Amino acid sequence: MLTDITLGQYFPIDSVIHKIDPRAKILFTLFYIILVFLADSYVTYGLVALFSISVVVLSKIKFTVVLKSLKPMLFVIIITAVINVFFTSGTEILWSYKFIKITKTGVVNAVNMALRLIFLVVGSSLLTYTTSPIMLTDGIERLLKPFSKIGLPSHEIAMMMTIALRFIPTLLEETEKIMTAQKSRGADFESGNIIKRAKALIPVLIPLFINSFKRADELATAMECRCYRGGEGRTRLRVLKFGIIDLFSLIIMLVFSILMITFGVLNI
Amino acid sequence: MIEVKNLSYFYEAEEGTPEKVLDNINLKIEDGEFVAVLGHNGSGKSTFAKHLNAILQPTDGYIYIDGVSTSNDEMLWNIRSKVGMVFQNPDNQIVASVVEEDVAFAPENLGVKPEEIRKRVDDALDAVDMTEYKNHSSHMLSGGQKQRVAIAGIIAMKPSIIVMDEPTAMLDPIGRREVMKTIEHLNSKYNITIILITHNMDEAVKAKRVVVIDSGKILIDNTPKNVFKNVDMLHKIGLDVPQVTMLAYKLRENGVNISDDILTVDECTQEIYNYVNKG
Repeated sequence: MLTDITLGQYFPIDSVIHKIDPRAKILFTLFYIILVFLADSYVTYGLVALFSISVVVLSKIKFTVVLKSLKPMLFVIIITAVINVFFTSGTEILWSYKFIKITKTGVVNAVNMALRLIFLVVGSSLLTYTTSPIMLTDGIERLLKPFSKIGLPSHEIAMMMTIALRFIPTLLEETEKIMTAQKSRGADFESGNIIKRAKALIPVLIPLFINSFKRADELATAMECRCYRGGEGRTRLRVLKFGIIDLFSLIIMLVFSILMITFGVLNI
Repeated sequence: MIEVKNLSYFYEAEEGTPEKVLDNINLKIEDGEFVAVLGHNGSGKSTFAKHLNAILQPTDGYIYIDGVSTSNDEMLWNIRSKVGMVFQNPDNQIVASVVEEDVAFAPENLGVKPEEIRKRVDDALDAVDMTEYKNHSSHMLSGGQKQRVAIAGIIAMKPSIIVMDEPTAMLDPIGRREVMKTIEHLNSKYNITIILITHNMDEAVKAKRVVVIDSGKILIDNTPKNVFKNVDMLHKIGLDVPQVTMLAYKLRENGVNISDDILTVDECTQEIYNYVNKG
C-alpha cells in the first residue's frame, strides 16, 4: 500500500522529449514558467496552449495522465478564480446582487489566473514525467556547478537528493513493517481524533528514526569502502552531451520566447 | 598478499579502561586464497575485517596489503580500492536507485574515464550474473540479488581482495545459495582473494582455509577438515560444526569407526557405506 506511491512520477517512454538533455529541460521549464506569466491575450494564450499541447503530444504521455496532474491543484485553481471573479473592482458590471458585483475585469482576471495555473502545473509535471529522478539530480548538479565557486555545495546537494530518492522506498517499506508490528501488539492507528492519531504514530516514528541513523552510519562506511571522498576528481558514467535534439529544442524554445515577447510588447 | 603482524585493537570506552577487542593477531594470506573467518558474536571477527581496508586502524601492530601499511593515511584510497568490502545488509550499501548507476559509484569516485566505467560496470554485472537487471530499480530486487549488486559495486573497483562481513546473514536460503555461488565463482574464475567472515558452518566448509577467532585471538588456522575435527573445542567457544560432521562425531562416539574429517553429505554416505560393507 505505502510502497505503491510512485515518486517523481516518471514515465519511461521512448520519446523526443525524454531524450532532451536534463539540464536543457530544467532551464526550458524555468523559461516556460516565465513566458506563461507574459501571456495576457487570446493570441499569446493560444500560443502557450499550442506549445504545451505539442510538447505533451511529442512526449507520448497520455492526456488523461496530464489532466490527472491537475487534480490536486484543482482546489487552488477554483479558489483563485472565485476570488478573482468576486473581488475585482471594475467599471463594466455584468451582474450584481445587493453588495455582490461581478465585473468584466474580474471574469477576465479569473480566466487569466486559472489558465496560467493550469499551464504552470502541466509544464512542470511534464518535466518530472519525462525525466528520471537520476537524470534530474544529475542535471541539477551540473547546472549548480558554476555556483560551487561561490561556496554552493552543488555536489553534496545532488548526492543528498540521490540518496534520499534511493531510501524513500526502503523507509516506506520499513514504516509498513513497524506499523504491522505495532498493530500486532494492539496499537490503534485508525480511530480517535487527529491528536490521538498523531500520538499513535509516535511508536512508529521513534524506531523509524533510530533505524535511519543506523542505516546512515552503515551507508557512510559502505561509501567510504567504495572510495567516496566528495565531489572532487569524480567522474560520471553518463556523459551529458549537447546533441541534435537539444539544438532543435533550443531553437523551438527561442522561437517561442521571441514570439511571446514580441506579442507582449506589441500588445497583441 | 595480506600480512597481519602483532595486531591489537582497543575500543575507546567512554569510562573506565579501553576494551581489548583484538589481541596480538598474526596472519598471512596469499593471493587467490579463499579464507573463512569463524567466530561467534563479539569474538572480534568483524572488527578484524574492518582493519583489512583501513576503516579501522590498529592500536598496536601492523597490517600490510601488498607491502603497504594500512596505517599509512596517504595510501588510504589505494588500499580501499584494492581491498573491497561487502557488508551484511545490502539495503544499506546500495547508493543509487538504479542498478547500473550503483555499480558505477566506486569507479566514479576513483575518477575513472566514462568509457572505462561503462566497461567495468558491464563486466562487474556479468561476473555476478545480474546483467539483465542493469536498468532495474534496486529496491525491487530480492535480497540475494541486492547483495549481488553490492558485490558488483565492489568488483567494479577491480580489487584483488574482497572481504565479506557476513554477506548472507540477512538473506533467505535461496539468496544465500546465490551469493555463495557468486563468491566461489569470483575466487575460482577471477582469482580474487576472498575473506569470508561468517558464523555459518556450511559456508565455512566451502573455503580452503578456516581461521577461528575467539576473544580477539586466533584459536585455529587450518584446512576446514582439520578445523572441524575439533568438535569439542568449537562447542566450547559457542560454535557449531556442519550437520554431517556432527553426525559422524556422534557415530564415532558410539563406537562406529568412521573417519573424523567428514564435511559433506557425499563423504559421509561413502564412509558409512564402506563401514557397513566392511562390518
